[in-house]
Amino acid sequence: MSATATTTVTATDSPRKGRSGARPLHLPGGISLRVERRALAVGVLLTAAALALAVVLIGTGDFPIAPWDVVQTLLGNGTPANDFIVNDLRLPRVLVALLVGAALGMAGGVFQSVSRNPLGSPDLLGFGYGSAVGALVVIILFKGGATEVAVGALAGGLLAGVAVYLLAYKQGIQGYRLVLVGIGASAILIAVIQYLITKAQMIEATRAMVWLTGSLAGRDWAQVWPLLAVCAVLFPLVLGQGRALRMMEMGDDAAHAVGVRVERTRMLLMLAAILLTTAASAAAGPISFVALAAPQLARRLTRSPGGNLLTGALMGSVLLMVSDLASQRAFGADQLPVGVVTGLVGGIYLLWLLVTERRAGRI
Amino acid sequence: MAAVARPRHAARAVGLLAALAVLALIAVVSIAVGAKQMSLDEVWHGLFAYAGTPADVVVRDLRIPRTLLGLMVGLGLGLSGAVMQALTRNPLAEPGILGVNAGAAAAVVSAISFFGASSLSEFVWWAFLGAAAVSVVVYVLGGSRSATPVRLALAGTAASAALVGYINAVQLMDTKALDKLRFWTVGSLASANMDTVRQVAPFLLVGAVLALALGRPLNAMAMGDDTARALGAHLTRTRVGAMIAITLLCGAATAACGPIVFIGLMVPHLVRAFTGPDMRWVLAYSAVLSPVLLLGADVIGRVVTRPAELQVGVVTALIGGPVFIYLVRRKRMAQL
Repeated sequence: MSATATTTVTATDSPRKGRSGARPLHLPGGISLRVERRALAVGVLLTAAALALAVVLIGTGDFPIAPWDVVQTLLGNGTPANDFIVNDLRLPRVLVALLVGAALGMAGGVFQSVSRNPLGSPDLLGFGYGSAVGALVVIILFKGGATEVAVGALAGGLLAGVAVYLLAYKQGIQGYRLVLVGIGASAILIAVIQYLITKAQMIEATRAMVWLTGSLAGRDWAQVWPLLAVCAVLFPLVLGQGRALRMMEMGDDAAHAVGVRVERTRMLLMLAAILLTTAASAAAGPISFVALAAPQLARRLTRSPGGNLLTGALMGSVLLMVSDLASQRAFGADQLPVGVVTGLVGGIYLLWLLVTERRAGRI
Repeated sequence: MAAVARPRHAARAVGLLAALAVLALIAVVSIAVGAKQMSLDEVWHGLFAYAGTPADVVVRDLRIPRTLLGLMVGLGLGLSGAVMQALTRNPLAEPGILGVNAGAAAAVVSAISFFGASSLSEFVWWAFLGAAAVSVVVYVLGGSRSATPVRLALAGTAASAALVGYINAVQLMDTKALDKLRFWTVGSLASANMDTVRQVAPFLLVGAVLALALGRPLNAMAMGDDTARALGAHLTRTRVGAMIAITLLCGAATAACGPIVFIGLMVPHLVRAFTGPDMRWVLAYSAVLSPVLLLGADVIGRVVTRPAELQVGVVTALIGGPVFIYLVRRKRMAQL
């Protein structure tokens, strides 16, 4: 069915192919894809930027390593010292940054699309706070270690996510009600967070603050593998639903008319996005603003409508690694958690966006 | 028209009187209930026949300032929330969305970390200054004279995001600041004293008068900018007046007892359910019912974990959140 839909779309689109920059790509077996040149270029550029940033980031720290040596070491030709620093210490941390950024970027794109609200990021809808409550309960009440905190965050995020979904469900999910329920749930969860922090001893309060800001310090392979597994399963699943999501932006009725199973698709996508968000929070804490900013930036760069799920994910990786690099270069290694910088970068980005869009007469 | 309108006005006026009676009752309960339970006799004695007994001192020096501050802060939060929702025509708007809370918190954290402020009465001025400065910046970035509701909300969100980054950075580098700020952020009436009451009262009074005077022009603006202009409302003047009222009310309330935003978001929604959209009544009811909610939450917070206390900010959200979700599920909420 999907193959027919594709051909119809490309067929009707072909007369104005030159203007939109989209052209069909014919694959063997009668499958054809609609490829937008600008989106493709942006995607390639972002991938290149992400890889380059990863190499620079691996080379950055108390013991700097030149980019070429980093590449050599990654390929297995490095000195034993470099090999230890790169493969055991810095590579897992950079991989966590890459995956967390991508997961948040993609989840943000899904939520913004489903709630039809550019501010509908997982932080705003209460999922981030759910993870935070779970993690803080472990940190403050049980004084647990890093693994227990991650499990707590995962459990809290999933519980909050399912609760918000069920509370917003009333003969289906409607974007506006989802946002309102999310805001009510956020208020409750924030109150619990603040209460827990006032009850904590100073050491635990500081630990809680660092966790709440979101940090990449000291992440190792134990964080990489579960995150990688979640992303490996969910990225293809979400991307496979991308077309349906784009149809649903026209409204449920229109999407239903072109053959999208609206409620099922939405449940699947939201569940995937909740899982991605909580997995990211469990690995690095609720890093603010990536989920909000990445899909918006991607949308403006590709100039194509819809969720921009893949470009959003790439953009999330780039954003997080840029923030990490900036915080390490400006304040020294691991002085400030990366979440502080994403907040600053994100806020300034939004302000810039407002001023330029105002000049251009949009909004 | 007038004949039809009058009975409804009468019903609303009676309702308002009933709300005032509830408020008076809650105020008395707030004086009587706490770690040390007071009888009505003792409350009466402390209020009108002060003789310096321990009970009198508790009433005069602890309970009365706390109740007064609760009344004033509740009024400030409720009124500024109602004005904010009318100004942005957005049912999700709460006063904090203009960056008032982030501005206040940023100023307080700077004061603790860089200028050695340590007592709550010092925080008041800093918080107020920060709130005022940020709302001016947000107004300018939001387009000043040509501001639209969406632009204002976005500018406020952006400014808040940047400021929160700054606040977190300072807190993480200076644990002393974190230790002070974590208690301020929750929102609490526990450290109320007469000095704080005197400090914030003038701002709240001016803000409240201004907000109540805005009822009519805000009614006109609810119909859209063009219709409002045709009806003779001054758009810029109303907008600037509303911004000033919000900054005065919410800035003073936040300065006095930390950011308790949820009341400003929730009460106008509850009120509109039985007054209808007329802003003059929405404002009047919000002004009376918000302190009822705040004082009620404060009393509950004092009782549930006696002799310890639960901060009023926590109690409002824990009670208000479920009520809000229930309303969202039950009613057809006004769409954006």
